[in-house]
Amino acid sequence: MSEPLLSVRDLRAWFFTDQGIAKAVDGVSFEVREGETLGIVGESGCGKTVTSLALLGLLPEPPARLMDGSSVRFRGQELVGADEKQLRALRGNEISMVFQEPMSSLNPVFSVGDQITETLRLHRGMDRRAARAEAVRLLGEVGIPEPARRVDEYPHQLSGGMRQRVMIAMAISCSPKLLIADEPTTALDVTIQAQILELLAELRRTLGMAVLLITHDLGVVAEVCDRVVVMYAGQVVETGTVEDIFVRPAHPYTRGLLGSLPSVGGAGGRLVSIAGTVPSPLHWPDGCRFRARCGLAGDGCEAPQDLVELGAHGRAARCWRART
Amino acid sequence: MSEAPRPRALGGLLPGLPQLLAGRWGSGGTALLVWVGCLWILVTRFGRVTAAFAGAWDERVAVGTLLTGLTVAWAWSWRDASPGALPKQVGVSQWDLALRAFSRNRTAVAGLMVIVALYMVALLTPLLAPLDPNFQGALLTERYVGLSGAHPLGTDQFARDVLSRLLYGARISLLIGFVSVGISVTIGTLVGAIAGFLGGWVDGVLMRVVDIVISFPQLVLLITIIAFFEPSIFLIVAVLGLTLWPNTARVVRGEVLSLREREFVQAAIALGYSKRRIILRHLIPNALAPVIVAATLGIGQTIVLEAGLSFLGLGVQPPTPSWGTMVADGRNVLLNAWWLSTFPGLAIVFTVLSFNLVGDGLRDALDPRLRT
Repeated sequence: MSEPLLSVRDLRAWFFTDQGIAKAVDGVSFEVREGETLGIVGESGCGKTVTSLALLGLLPEPPARLMDGSSVRFRGQELVGADEKQLRALRGNEISMVFQEPMSSLNPVFSVGDQITETLRLHRGMDRRAARAEAVRLLGEVGIPEPARRVDEYPHQLSGGMRQRVMIAMAISCSPKLLIADEPTTALDVTIQAQILELLAELRRTLGMAVLLITHDLGVVAEVCDRVVVMYAGQVVETGTVEDIFVRPAHPYTRGLLGSLPSVGGAGGRLVSIAGTVPSPLHWPDGCRFRARCGLAGDGCEAPQDLVELGAHGRAARCWRART
Repeated sequence: MSEAPRPRALGGLLPGLPQLLAGRWGSGGTALLVWVGCLWILVTRFGRVTAAFAGAWDERVAVGTLLTGLTVAWAWSWRDASPGALPKQVGVSQWDLALRAFSRNRTAVAGLMVIVALYMVALLTPLLAPLDPNFQGALLTERYVGLSGAHPLGTDQFARDVLSRLLYGARISLLIGFVSVGISVTIGTLVGAIAGFLGGWVDGVLMRVVDIVISFPQLVLLITIIAFFEPSIFLIVAVLGLTLWPNTARVVRGEVLSLREREFVQAAIALGYSKRRIILRHLIPNALAPVIVAATLGIGQTIVLEAGLSFLGLGVQPPTPSWGTMVADGRNVLLNAWWLSTFPGLAIVFTVLSFNLVGDGLRDALDPRLRT
């Protein structure tokens, strides 16, 4: 197989705080291939957002630091330790991001047209008029009605869903190879969520870009992802295709996540939840980090767990029981 | 605001009238005032206007102001009253909203009208003033003359016309206020934004400089600096501009500290924008509202400060007229020639009051807590 678009190896992003070292991301590896949608799922505090920020060097340093041995390769170029100028050339151009909170992701003093135009002029070197025409076209492409009129609107005149569409228009304006979407639908209501996901899926097809979708919502994952990385306590606990994860989950944590989903037409009983809470990144437990909350915890769990390869296609789980 | 039909033709006839009829007395009144004032000067002082064409640079500026005032007031009123010029529905920025809020504040609009009138007067002074500010009448008979037809505001101890000196003094006060605040706001905004955004040691160094500058008693600092050099308008502007910026820097830094945590700054970084671009294009415009308020109030303060310096003899040097020196000159003869100190004193009060009213109005209009 050809080289993956993005290859993350042993990414460790630690925060050096007054209370100690918070190992928010502690040895994460995954790959994103050209044109695919990879979902990263996990509870709050599992390190998924820190991972996404670390990819583009967006973590505030200090307190954060990428530890030695961390590697993020994008089309063969190493991004960890790359200088600011190289990263800037990539950001918004080859790799772009969509954030969680569309209400505050747009600059309130400029019209949406000005904001899209700025990106186009910076990365694609367009002149004012061409950039404006392109901005109108992009707004139409992300499904904003009357784009020629809306281009002059200010963020406070748009609804949350509209703003997220504008953010997406900015993100795709330079035809990136990879779009990182960090909880892009969390702040939106359910009908708008579905529309935005559909839009992302459609843009992925038409532009041929890969999408890295960070979410805590398994429903979203099932809907749009090709492959899934499940994170827990700063580590990858399971990877696989969507079918693998949903039909044959190998890690007890993944099973717990799936078990806590309400099912359509199922019995209307109480929802099952995973007992306990995510441990603090300042003090990850020794051995298997999920042990304290795991119903199957037993003798083999005191040792630190490695990812166990399960067949081909990068399918793996961080649990010794998965071996059998 | 309801849309009453606007008699456009009236705008061509008398600028401001259509707006006044539509109940917009602020903009209408300003246009009418400017237009009528300029026309009045043009008609009553036609000879001076034609002579001023070839005069000194300030006279030519005055003629330029006169003609610009006439055309702009007329053209604006005509265009504004045209049927197509309805209030914007699409693309209403936060500035537009603030402007709408401001125009509903009657006292602030009145203050703004006074300020516009003051700056017009300051620019038109060479055409307006009855006499040269330094022209001395007969020293024996024309000293301390009270209010009269020849000297509407009387004369001073050198038999100079107080009204003329008052008008020329307006230029000095308004110029010093405007330019020195302009300098201090520019420096303060840049320093504050850089310190707030970059943080770390840059922030530490810049804010310690601010602390040092701010910890000097301002008046004492000013007096010390001026004592070392020959007092001149340029020096006063420079000194005021270079000592008042720390306040702005603090305000802007505070704003930027909260702004940089907002997601649009993260988004700007993720879009590959440089730090310079983020500071100049994304942070400063968002931090500008309190700066504008502080600057407006600052002009008033600076005018008072300059008057105080001039009063102490450290500001504008005689014979150049300045409100502060005029008040100082008259204080010994207050009982015999009250007009000497009173009129420049009133001028200072009204000017500063207007700036404060506008500043307060802007604060109300720009305060984001009053809107969402």
